[in-house]
Amino acid sequence: MPLTNLNFSLDAFDRLLWHAPESQTPIPVVPVRAFPIAAPEESIALVDEHGHERAWIDRMDDLGCDMAQLLRQALTSRELTPTILCIKDVSRFATPSVWHIETDHGATELTLNSEDDIRHLPSGGFLVADKFGLQFKIPNRSYLDRHSQRLLARFL
Amino acid sequence: MSHSPNPSVLARLPLDLSPDLLFVSRVLVLTPHEIFLAPPDNEATPEARWALHAGDQLILSDHAGLGKLRLVDTAHSKAQWRFTLSHMKSAQEFVAQFQQLHITPSQAGAIALTASQPTAEWREDASADTTPPSTWTLFRLWRFAKPYKGQLLLGFLLTLAATAATLVPPYLTMPLMDDVLIPFQNGVAIEPSTVMKYLAGLLGAALVAWSLGWARTYILSRVSERIGADIRTTTYNHLMHLSLDYFGSKRTGDLMARIGSETDRINLFLSLHLLDFATDVLMIMMTVTILFSINPWLALVTLIPLPIIAWMIHVVRDRLRTGFERVDRVWSQVTNILSDTIPGIRVVKAFSQEAREAERFHQANQLNLKVNDRVNRTWSVFAPTVTALTEFGLLIVWAFGIWQVSQGAITVGVLTAFLAYIGRFYSRMDSMSRIVSVTQKTAAGTKRIFDILDHTASVPDPRNPESLENRAAAVGLHQVSFRHGNRGILHEINLEIKPGSMVGLVGHSGSGKTTLVNLIARFYDVSSGSITLDGTDIRQFNVADYRRQIGLVLQEPFLFFGTVAENISYGKADATRDEIIQAARTAHAHEFILKLPHGYDSLVGERGQALSGGERQRISIARALLIDPKILILDEATASVDTETEREIQQALDNLMQGRTTIAIAHRLSTLRQADMLVVLDQGRIVETGRHNDLLARQGHYYRLYQAQIKLNEESNPDKTGLGYISGDTGKQDENIASSTVAGHHHAAN
Ligand SMILES: Nc1ncnc2c1ncn2[C@@H]1O[C@H](COP(=O)(O)OP(=O)(O)O)[C@@H](O)[C@H]1O
Ligand SMILES: [Mg+2]
Repeated sequence: MPLTNLNFSLDAFDRLLWHAPESQTPIPVVPVRAFPIAAPEESIALVDEHGHERAWIDRMDDLGCDMAQLLRQALTSRELTPTILCIKDVSRFATPSVWHIETDHGATELTLNSEDDIRHLPSGGFLVADKFGLQFKIPNRSYLDRHSQRLLARFL
Repeated sequence: MSHSPNPSVLARLPLDLSPDLLFVSRVLVLTPHEIFLAPPDNEATPEARWALHAGDQLILSDHAGLGKLRLVDTAHSKAQWRFTLSHMKSAQEFVAQFQQLHITPSQAGAIALTASQPTAEWREDASADTTPPSTWTLFRLWRFAKPYKGQLLLGFLLTLAATAATLVPPYLTMPLMDDVLIPFQNGVAIEPSTVMKYLAGLLGAALVAWSLGWARTYILSRVSERIGADIRTTTYNHLMHLSLDYFGSKRTGDLMARIGSETDRINLFLSLHLLDFATDVLMIMMTVTILFSINPWLALVTLIPLPIIAWMIHVVRDRLRTGFERVDRVWSQVTNILSDTIPGIRVVKAFSQEAREAERFHQANQLNLKVNDRVNRTWSVFAPTVTALTEFGLLIVWAFGIWQVSQGAITVGVLTAFLAYIGRFYSRMDSMSRIVSVTQKTAAGTKRIFDILDHTASVPDPRNPESLENRAAAVGLHQVSFRHGNRGILHEINLEIKPGSMVGLVGHSGSGKTTLVNLIARFYDVSSGSITLDGTDIRQFNVADYRRQIGLVLQEPFLFFGTVAENISYGKADATRDEIIQAARTAHAHEFILKLPHGYDSLVGERGQALSGGERQRISIARALLIDPKILILDEATASVDTETEREIQQALDNLMQGRTTIAIAHRLSTLRQADMLVVLDQGRIVETGRHNDLLARQGHYYRLYQAQIKLNEESNPDKTGLGYISGDTGKQDENIASSTVAGHHHAAN
């Protein structure tokens, strides 16, 4: 059932609570994107602590402004996919390789364990998985400067 | 890091993310009374402090590579900190230290364990060497060449001699020209004996060069063939010992390409290209020496194009190397598609996706073409340029030589000898330049081979393994947690399994049952906590010896290509025929095996005699029986067969379980009713344990699972009669139903 009039609040433990119309007590839920890469703004499930889906949001835009804000906050606090702005340097062209990168979340480094950890997205972009599981996004190749592109090309 | 030697610091957690998830580094410090946040290099000036009170708790969680640590009291959340999972271990220690401060009764046992157990690496790591993957990678092949040192030296000496022999004929053109032909033109008669001497010299040199060349090529090809075989075997052996983790992260086609074609390429390189190159280098060095000894000035002029060619080679080298690496990678993409679709051909056909798979292959092939085109563009300019340069070099020698002759500085004979020498010399330059591309290709291939060899098994063998003799097979799990990459799958599992007892694992699909038995079989090592066999950590046993204690029956029994008897005796190659038959009898497989055209000698597995799921399952049970394991693991062994077959298999399994510690996972709860203990898993945690009746009485998780199944059975009964009607219709229709269920099943699994 697509619900558009969802009502949320945060509890004292910073958990997102969903006030379901048919239930007296608010339900602690976690928002989960069904297509975090293909359609991050659509298809969001509210999952309770047992992993059961409690509600479904077709589009983020359908929510009221405040509620969307709360939901976005809960989503961003749960997931982090920095966008790589520039690859400054790589330790070597064989894996494992340490990349020194500039992202929209600041400068950091990532360890690429294997070339297989670079996933090609249908949009032409890339998703680079760090050794520790953090994912970094590259929207597309031309998004990077020439130097970064050249470094990246060595791993593709 | 320069932390002040503050004795009250209990633990430090480096944080690399700010609350709004920017990459900033800070350190979180735990002292007996507070937690404070400070810049990493200056702990004396905390940026924030949180006093600790009784009832405070630290909660550690993670999702998608992002770790979160929260400080909460009974009423609300006091603070939260973020970090990437590179600091997960520090975080776990931080929490452990915190819990020691504020011991809560339920966790008292856990802490003592975490402190004393060795923490395992939670991710397989390639060895952290930092050499660049340049041509130097090739030197690592020395490890394989070493056993053939003597033969290689012999080959080298032969090469040296053969090359020297090929340099004799041009030298002889000099006296032939100056002492025979030119005097003849000036009216001096030809002396037959002198001519014969020179001609004999030419013939002799050719014969010696031929026989030496033959011996050299034969010896070195033999050696390189052996080196190639050694590389292949070593890589395959190493691969077999890597954990399931590695196979999970690599694609079959890629691994096949590496072991198959890369080793072949290395082999070819060693036997052909490297040999040619060595000969060429030797020849050039010798030629240069000879040229200088005849006439230094002419020699200098002759060598002018050499540095230009060397420079060109250097420039092109880099571009080609990256190109070849890409070619390799794209090539393994092509093989990947093959190894993906050919085993799954039934699904492809069931969903009529032949066209789509053909298109996918076409795409990969196009990409392969594109990448190759790009490399060839550089390459195609390179080779003719080298040729042109050599022609240019000849031109210079002609011009300079004629001038010198006209000046009377050299004789015609010397010029002819020079031209004969550099004719060979430059033609070798051309083929030498080819070494660049093959070396780069081989270096790329070697790197990919060593990628496998450098991987250390994540389930390492201990240095001094404990003996496995006389074990009663009591299995214990203590605070076991396991994660796959960034995902926590099992959390704090505690379980004691008595020797000879049967434990049933139940829970929803995806609750971690298979993972738990994989840990017990040591396909993976726990991320934290420990698993013991009769009180000894299983990491202290030799892996292969330990697994020999375990019989495994899986939902999808895999049979290798070979005879039925070979498949049954897979775990015990020296089993006698009687033993095999005994195992097959006990597994209720004997009778159907006898119905096969060649009995126990019938071929099964891929391309062999097609067996039904239940028949294959009984063969795999016989296989487990034959090794007489102390511990038996049944992972949904009867899930893919009909009720009738299940009953037969169940009897086989009952025989198998006699007197062994058994861990059974079953979809149909009724089959676990006689278990000594049932363990209910939910989302990677144990939520209930007890016997069937106790658990039903408790009306908890198990009760709900059980009720759901009873209801399902009742609902599906009328259904069943319907199905029977259809399948009784025609055989063809029957087949359709079967294939569509298989397709649907695969689809769900993907
Ligand atoms: N190789 C793997 N990589 C990542 N996650 C995995 C892997 N294997 C299993 N999992 C996950 O672990 C969880 C437990 O899986 P499993 O133990 O197979 O469940 P069960 O056997 O109870 O059905 C599932 O959520 C599954 O997705
Ligand atoms: Mg399973």
